[in-house]
Parts: sequence; C-alpha cells; structure tokens
Amino acid sequence: MMISQPVARPDGGVKVTGRARYAADYFAPDLLHAVLVTAPVPAGRVTSIAVDDALAEKGVVRVLTHEDMPKFGRFASPRAEPDTQMQQAEGPPAAQSFMPMQGNEIRHEGQPLAIVLGETLEAAEAGARRVALRYEFAEPELPAPPEWTAIDKAAVVPRESGFLFLEPTFTKGEVDRGLSNAAAMVEAVYLQPSRHHNAMEPSATLAEWNDGELTLHDATQHVYGVRQVLAARLNIPAEKVRVISRHTGGGFGGKGWIWPHQVLAAAAARIMQRPVRLALSRANAYSCLGYQPRMAQKIVLAADRSGKLTAVQQDVVNLTTVTDDFVEFATEASKGLYATPAMRLSQRVERANVAMPTPLRAPVEGPGTWALESAMDELAHRLGIDPLDLRLINHADTDPATGQPWSSKKLREAYEEGARLFGWRERPRKPQRDGDWLIGYGMATCSMGCFRNPTPAAEVRLRRDGTVLIRTGTQDIGTGTLTIFPQIAADVLGLPMEKVELEMGDTQLPEAGPTYGSSSTMGVGAAVLAAAEDARSQLARLANLLPDEVEMQDGHIRRKGAAGGQTIADVMSHTDIGEIIGSGSFDPAQHGKGLAMRTFGAIFMEVGVDPGLGLLRLRRAVGSYSAGRIVNPRTARSQMTGGIIWGWGMAAIEQSRHEPVLGRFLSKNLSGVAIPVNADIPGDIIIHFVDEVDEHASPIGGKGIGELGATGVAAAVANAVFDATGKRIRELPITPEKLL
Amino acid sequence: MNFHDRHLLRLRVNGEDHSLSDLDPRVTLLDLLRERLHLTGTKKGCNFGECGACTVHLDGRRVNACMILAVSCEGREVTTIEGLGNGDALHPVQQAFIDHDGFQCGFCTPGQVMSAAALIEEGHTGSDAEIREWMSGNLCRCSAYPQIVEAVRAAAGRVSQ
Amino acid sequence: MTPFVYARADSLGDTIAAGAAPDSAFLAGGTELLNWLRLGIAEPTRIIDISRLDGLDQIEALPGGGLTIGAVTHLNDVAQHALVMRDYPVLSQAILHAASPQLRNLATIGGNLLQKTRCAYFRAEEQLPCNKRQLGSGCSALHGINDNHAIFGWTKDCVATQPSDPAVALAALDAVVVTAHRSGGRRIPAAEFHLLPDTRPEADNVLQQGELITAIELPAAAPRSAYLKVRERESYEYAIVSAAAVLEMDGQTIRRAAVALGSVALRPWRLSTAEEQLAGTELGDREALSTAIEQSFAEARPLSQNAYKIELAKTAALRAIERAARMPS
Repeated sequence: MMISQPVARPDGGVKVTGRARYAADYFAPDLLHAVLVTAPVPAGRVTSIAVDDALAEKGVVRVLTHEDMPKFGRFASPRAEPDTQMQQAEGPPAAQSFMPMQGNEIRHEGQPLAIVLGETLEAAEAGARRVALRYEFAEPELPAPPEWTAIDKAAVVPRESGFLFLEPTFTKGEVDRGLSNAAAMVEAVYLQPSRHHNAMEPSATLAEWNDGELTLHDATQHVYGVRQVLAARLNIPAEKVRVISRHTGGGFGGKGWIWPHQVLAAAAARIMQRPVRLALSRANAYSCLGYQPRMAQKIVLAADRSGKLTAVQQDVVNLTTVTDDFVEFATEASKGLYATPAMRLSQRVERANVAMPTPLRAPVEGPGTWALESAMDELAHRLGIDPLDLRLINHADTDPATGQPWSSKKLREAYEEGARLFGWRERPRKPQRDGDWLIGYGMATCSMGCFRNPTPAAEVRLRRDGTVLIRTGTQDIGTGTLTIFPQIAADVLGLPMEKVELEMGDTQLPEAGPTYGSSSTMGVGAAVLAAAEDARSQLARLANLLPDEVEMQDGHIRRKGAAGGQTIADVMSHTDIGEIIGSGSFDPAQHGKGLAMRTFGAIFMEVGVDPGLGLLRLRRAVGSYSAGRIVNPRTARSQMTGGIIWGWGMAAIEQSRHEPVLGRFLSKNLSGVAIPVNADIPGDIIIHFVDEVDEHASPIGGKGIGELGATGVAAAVANAVFDATGKRIRELPITPEKLL
Repeated sequence: MNFHDRHLLRLRVNGEDHSLSDLDPRVTLLDLLRERLHLTGTKKGCNFGECGACTVHLDGRRVNACMILAVSCEGREVTTIEGLGNGDALHPVQQAFIDHDGFQCGFCTPGQVMSAAALIEEGHTGSDAEIREWMSGNLCRCSAYPQIVEAVRAAAGRVSQ
Repeated sequence: MTPFVYARADSLGDTIAAGAAPDSAFLAGGTELLNWLRLGIAEPTRIIDISRLDGLDQIEALPGGGLTIGAVTHLNDVAQHALVMRDYPVLSQAILHAASPQLRNLATIGGNLLQKTRCAYFRAEEQLPCNKRQLGSGCSALHGINDNHAIFGWTKDCVATQPSDPAVALAALDAVVVTAHRSGGRRIPAAEFHLLPDTRPEADNVLQQGELITAIELPAAAPRSAYLKVRERESYEYAIVSAAAVLEMDGQTIRRAAVALGSVALRPWRLSTAEEQLAGTELGDREALSTAIEQSFAEARPLSQNAYKIELAKTAALRAIERAARMPS
C-alpha cells in the first residue's frame, strides 16, 4: 500500500540541486527582455508616451504602447451553472475583464502602459526609466477609511458577472425573532487589510511564436486556463497555444487566474517576431496581479442561555476594482459552520481605482472564520462558556444552510483529539507570565468548502518493463501533486514509487483543471486513480483474469488473495502491445449528489504578548483536522503547517496598505511588506488528522487540504491575545500599536 | 584610475574558470549567473536583497547575488547550488532537505540550501533558535520553516560526524 | 540602472582624488548602492569600487584603549570579532539584529552608516513627492502614512527616520567616524554624523562629495552595554524603535549612562537630559529610571499616526538599560 504512506517527494532531487526549471529559467534564441512601464497614478488618461530617450539607450529595441497593440478579444467565462444568463460573462479563469494597453485610460496605479524590449535586461530596465509619460490626472475613487461607517456607505451590491459565483444574499428562518429572543448577543465589526500572495517566484512568461503557433513557458496554477484565455484574447484557436509550466514557484491563488501580463508578453512576441520574456519585477507583482482585498465584516451572533445560536447576521464588504466586481464570499463560513435556526447574510463590494483582487490562501472561509470565530469567542466569554464547548453546543450535524447531510464530518473527533494534544482542557485559567511575556491560549474552528474541479482526462501508461508513466496537464506549485499522483498509481499497480514517472505541466498532456481551491487531490487524483485502474483492468484481461477480481503487488498481477501471479512483462509478452494506456477522468456531478461537503478542523494556539513593547509571538500550536483520507501524511503535514504559518502572517504581520492620498499600495517590496520569516515560527506545531475516509467527495476518499490550515488561525490568535491581555483586537494584523 | 564601460571579467564558478568579455558593469552577479552562464538554479525573487532566493557562496561566504556587481567579482570564486554537491552525490544539506521535507514549490530552495550549508560551516547550529535566526535571511512563502530547521539540524549532525 | 563606468580602487590617494569628481560614487558592500541605482535614488556616472582597498578591513586595538575598525570590514566580521563581542556587546548585538546573515557578509560597517531612510515614499519604485528624492516636491508621509516615522527632530519637509542599527550603538558608544578627503580628513562624532532635516532635508549626513569613511574608532571598552530592537517580525526587519544603552556602574548604582534611540529621528537620538539624571540612580529603582528617561521626551512630537512610538521608545530605553546592567562587566 502506497496510499497513506509518508513517501518522500520525488521532486526533491531536482529541487535541491537547482535543476528544477521555472518559467524565467527558460531561454530562446534571439530572446528579448521585456520591462513594463506602469501608471504612476490611479486614475486619468495618458496623453503621450515619449519613447525617444528610451530608444536611445544602447540595447533597447522597441517600446510598445497601446497604439501598437492588437485589439484583444473577449473571454467568455464558462460558468459553473451553464443554464444561467451569465454564461457569456467575462470571468475566471480570466482574472479580470479589463485589458490594459487597449486605450489611454488609467484605471489603477501600476497598470501596464508600455513595454520596453531590450537585447539585455539591463538595457530594457534602463530604457523603461527613460520612457516619458504625460497624462491627465483624474480624481480617483479611493478606498474608504478603514472603519465600518465609511465602508458601509461606500458599499454597493455586486453586479452580475463571472466573478459572482453565488447569490450575494442568503436568508434562512426568522432572524429578527432570533435576535430578540437572545439571552446573549455579540455585535462587532472585524477588519482586515489587503494582503498579497508574495510567492517567492514573481510571475514570468516566455512567449515564442512559430508559424502562427504560440508556445508559452509560464508561471501558472492552470496551464489549460492560460491556453483558453490567451486564445480568446489573441483571437486564435486554442489548439495554436501550447502552455508549459514544469514547476511554478508558489501560487497561493496569485497565479490561479490569468492576468494581463501573460497576454501582453504573447502579443509583444507576435509584434516583434522574436521570443519575449516578461519576468515581472517584485513591484509589478503588487499591482499587475491580484491580492486578497481589504474587508470589513459586521457580524451579529445571538444565543440562548445554553449557548445555542438563535440567529446569525453578517454583512461583508470587500474592496474591488472599478471595472470588475470581485466578491470575497466570507459569509460562506457562517453558512456552513454552526447549527442555527436563522441566518441573514449579505455580500457587497466597494469599488475604487485599485488593482483587481483575486483569491488568496485561504479565500472565502479564510476571512469568514476570522470574523465568525472571533465573534464566537466573544460570545463564549459573554456566556461564561468555554470557547470549545460553545462550538460543541452549536455543532452542525447537517449543513446549516441547506439541511443536507454531510458527505463525511468528524469535527467532534478533531476538536477532542486536538484539545487533548494541546492540553486545552487543562490550560491555566489564571493569567500566565513568562518574564516580560503574558501568555494566552486561543482556539478556533477551521473549515473550507469543497471546491471540486472536473478532470476531463488523465492517462496512466503501463509499460512492458513494469514502469509506469502518468500523463496529466495539471501542474506543480509545490503542494505535493508530484508525489501523490505517482503514489496513487503505484498503489493500484503494485509497484514501487521509483517505477512511476509523471509528466505534467503542459497542454500537450490530457486536460486537467487548475491547481487551486484545494481541488487537485480530489479531481486529478481521482482521474489518475481511474486511469490506473483502467490500466490494471486491461492487464487483467490480457492475463485472462476478471478485472474486478485482481490485485497487483510487487510487479505481479494475480487473483485477489492468490499467491504469486504473473509479472507484468510476462503478461505483456504474450501480446504485441508495448504499453497499456489506461485512461480516467473525474466528474464531480457523479459523486456525492445531494450531500453537503466541507473540510473541518480545530486550531489551538499559545501566544506570548509583551505589552511593554507591543510584541506578539507564537509559542506553539496544534492543528487537528477532519479532511478525509490523507494520501501522504508527510506532504500533508507540510501543507497544514504552511497553512498555519499563513494564518499567523494574516494575524500578526501581513498587510498591503492602500496609500490614502496617492491611491497606490504604499510599499511594493518585501522590506515594506513583511511576511513571516523562519525566526517567527516555533518548532512546536503539531498536526493531527482524524482517521476518516470520505467516499462521496471523490473516489480517493480524501478532500482538499491546501487552504484548510490557513482558516481559523487569525481568530485563534486574536482569541489568545484576548486571553493573555484582556484586549479584544478586531482589526488585523495585530501589530505593536494595537497591543501597547 | 581606469574607468570602463565594458569589462573583461575572470572568475571561477563551481570550480570552473570563466573569462567573460564585454561585460556591462551594471550586470549583477545574479544576472550574470542566470543570463550569461545559464546557471538558473540561483533564483531572482526580489532583486533587492529582501528574500535570499539568490544566495550563493562568494569565496566561501554566503551572500545575496542580486546585491553584487558581477564586475566586482574579478578573480573570485563563486559556488552556486549547481556546484554544491560532489558531482552526482548530494551535499548532506541537500539530502537532509529531501529527508525532512524542507521545501514545497522549490523556488527558494537553492537559496535555503546554500544558506544552510554556509550556516553549518559558520557554526550557528547551537540550538534550533539559533538555526531559525541564522536562516531568517531566506524567505519561504510555502512556509516550510519547521521542516527546514529539522533539515539543517540533521545535516549539521551529519557534517560534524 | 542608468549606465555608468566602473573602476576598482587600489590606493587610498587615487580613491579620494577620483571620488571628488561630481557624479562619482564609492561602492563597498553594495547592499544599499545597488538598490539606489535600481530605484534611481542615485544615478552616478562613475563607480569606484573600494571593497578591496588595502588596510581598510582590519580591526585593531588602539594603544590607549579602544578599537579601530576599518570602514570596509563586513558587518558579520565586526559583530563576531572577539574584542567587539567582549568589550562592545552593544555593537555586536546591534549588528546581529540588522539585515540578514547574507547581507551582513556583504555590507560594511562604514557603508552601513550611509544607509538612507526606509520611508516607503522615499523607497518607492516610482518617484513620489519626497524632499529627499527631489527637493521641493514635498513630504508625502507628513499627511500620509507615518505610523513608523519620526517622533524627534522632524520638520514638515521630512518626517523620516535613519534605519541603521549599528549607528545607534555607535552613537551610544561615543564612537568616532574617521574620514579621508582630498582636502584632508576629519574625525566626526558618531552621534553628529547624520543630519536632521532642519537645514538641508535632502542631505543625510555631513560627508562632502568624495569624502570617504576609512575607519570607526571606539573609545574605551563598554562591556556593560546592550541593544534592544522592537519589530513586528522576529528577524530580518527594520526597527519600529531600537535602543542602545552603555553603562558604567558603581555596584548597583549607575555612574554614567549613555542611551541612544534608533528609528525615532533622522539620526540616532541620544537621551542627553535623561543621561544626566540617570547618573547616580539605583538600578533597582524602576520608577527613578523611568522618571529620568521621561525627561528626554519633553521634546518628542508625535505625527498623526505614531504617538504610540513615544511610549514604546520609553519602554525600549528602560529595557535596554536593564539589559545592559545584566551584562557581565
């Protein structure tokens, strides 16, 4: 059995030696280096772009402006529900409908206005500094000050588009009655700043045209999405676009959808008839790509004396750009987490001249649990009930929004086992001190929805020599896909990992969905499983065995329970087939109909607060999760600790600040925007998975885990800070000025 | 003093002597390694000394290659991730990163490994806290920090044996 | 980067002669200069590489007590030098709290003092209104985001702070910056090296064009000294506030104290008034220590968003003093 084994990552060898190649590591003969010239103001109109000085730089070949660009095509988003009128709307996988360099309008600071192409990077960079822009400044719409009254006033109902995945409002039961009958109530506003993905690899694209066909080496979480969107934008058939992404240097949602720079690189290469590499600068990565938008959430929780919720009301407003309404559905957490007879939830947006937001690890329930799980802690203290008990009291045995049964849920076990590992029940109730540090304990529930992508096809080729090749057009962003897909195939075919090869990250391979939304294990994993089983069945037939009655082990196929068996080579030598091609797919509609699906967990944290210096430090944490079968506990542990550290960053460190006058992000670099470093993270982080198999979500038995770990954490930290200091912090991140 | 706008640069990279002519003095060591020598294991994460992805060894000391003008490396010895191991054999730090799952996407990994190898030579492995502090010049957004510390601790043990 | 020509210096005399030409810049560790070149903060046409100048990377005891540190000695080599660790822990600690191990292997002690402010408006990839970027363009931080800006010595022309950690330690140690220039060298007290924005907001320090730092001199040993740095993440980040304390003790009584704060002004900020009152104070008397520190904050002026830094700085000063007192003498 390979599944559930802590197998080491097969990509280790290439990654620790520098042989793993990322988009910017590719070369092409006659390569041109592209550098973007971007808008210095958030709104206005370009009146002229003088390029002579730039062209005078030695090595600068050309400066492209909107006048050089072709008219880009519209991209019609395939909606999840194809029968709605929104079928033709712009939307994902295109990150935004607005395409820069199509005219002279400026919609946000940092918007690409010109592309400088140079024989060397040094020339292109120097040239970009010499491009003289003239523009008319227009009064921008700026983000409201970060407080509820102003944000509430600026908020509007989002318009229909491909980005509006769900209804913006949801009601159930009689909220007003629930509120008026309450014995205890919490009403509070929770704020969080915009935050960027800050993947270590800045997005990069190498575009090459040959006879009207485009090849792209790209940093992406979705090679097929890049192909789809580029074909539409460039008005060419999808078959003419090949996208390759062998390794992507971190995604976290930032490379999930397709951004303008990918289109611009391809367009520039077509104009120049030369390969073009556009590697975004770190500064570009702040305004040419998305971010999790600044959000305000007003939440009201009402409960009876026993702690049972009687009503939940939540109003969420997120920032978005003027041209597209990105909606961050934080209300999903409240919809799915606790049993309550009444709910009234709403999502609105606040439009401003800012770049377009996008999903960021963890979207939706990430922000949602920040508000909900903080409010639950406040409610627990108001009622004098232990925060963990309050959650147990309100445990949702069925989906609170729909009443549907769960595909599987072992949250009670996750609470219990997590609490035991942490020592939650035994934690000191009196204020604790360690020198200058006040010690506090906090917990929160973690949860993510189950985002399942169809996987049209995956291939497993079983060769005569007993080796296997898996072919799938999914991609490696570090989450562990390179490990678990071979594991799944090896498991079915009874072979050691070394015999299994995996080819992915190329649109010449069978189509797969994106690597985001914690969806790859369920989707691609299930397709690989099906393909491996298909290969095994074909082999069984060749061996004159009934496919349903065979097992494979140590390179042999045999009737289940029988001894010995025939080797793969023996079976295949009776035929003239060089290899067996198994194929498989995954269609979520065929699995778990009528069931509600979520992943769950609990996070327990111990923090230290130095109130004299305003410092907040993590001391230890326990994460305990109910997420179905864990294919590889080793890579899964890394996913969960990674998620917790992302949550820590959200809680204590990260923010991309909107400059209130200039309408730009204040800092567009990694010294002005802090993310956690090694010294921030203690070794004492325990990850626990409840023993569970969810056969409904996917034949793999597992669900997604990439985002789950990042939910709940910010609230758990704020709750621990309250425990340590008595201060309730409702605005992230919890920085020194809030703790003094 | 003789100022030039193009230079001849001689340096040793991963044990091999290079002589590079017509070098623009604006070229950083990072861009020289990547764009001229095609040693792309050294990564450009920020180009401002703020992430550590471009960490290499210069005359045996770990440095950020993005903060160095290549021309200033005349006569010096550079080791990159491609030259750390002994031929096909992995350096103990490289092996430890695999054994302890010290990476995810792998983009910061060459810098982490180069930093860790130097840190062990420097003797900053007295405690996990010391390792964490002396590994803090290398950001890892996948946040494999706990596993990186485990890998460095293990490799330090192996190196010292 | 704008094109430039480059030369490696091999003698001090040639260096200061060449450096006197306008638009020349010295390159030592490069960890600041390269970023200025990339951002257009500086656009020199000639770069003089001084990193291999003979004799500028030595640390030696001075005959009458004290230590001289060559200007291009790398930060890690200063911090981990046996004499610095033993006799000047405040400097060793300050350096080890700066930047990252890799950067400290490149950056030099002389170059470190020449760091420019970390004000986000100043460091932006686009040139924003900022009198340090372009005199007369105004100060964006004054009415913008200034929660991490100055509480001492600012003017409406500039509210930024000086970010160097070592500079704070050197100010508290009464170190001397030794320079060479075509018209003769100077000895500049470290605490007076950086300029406040009151006269020339575009200038960072007292150096003239072509003036080269050759050494830092430390006075007699200061074993009872310590550095404290407050920042939201644990490492590899600039300070919100830092404090350096140097004490001389008679038993449990302070005989002489020198305290400097970092990241509160455009220069390391000595708490001179407090220092006078600290002399003669008992270490165990926290209230007396606090009262003494309080004296130096009469001149503190918060901006619209950074009043919290005043309380923070007082606590940092107090903690640094207590930490220094615990150092073995």
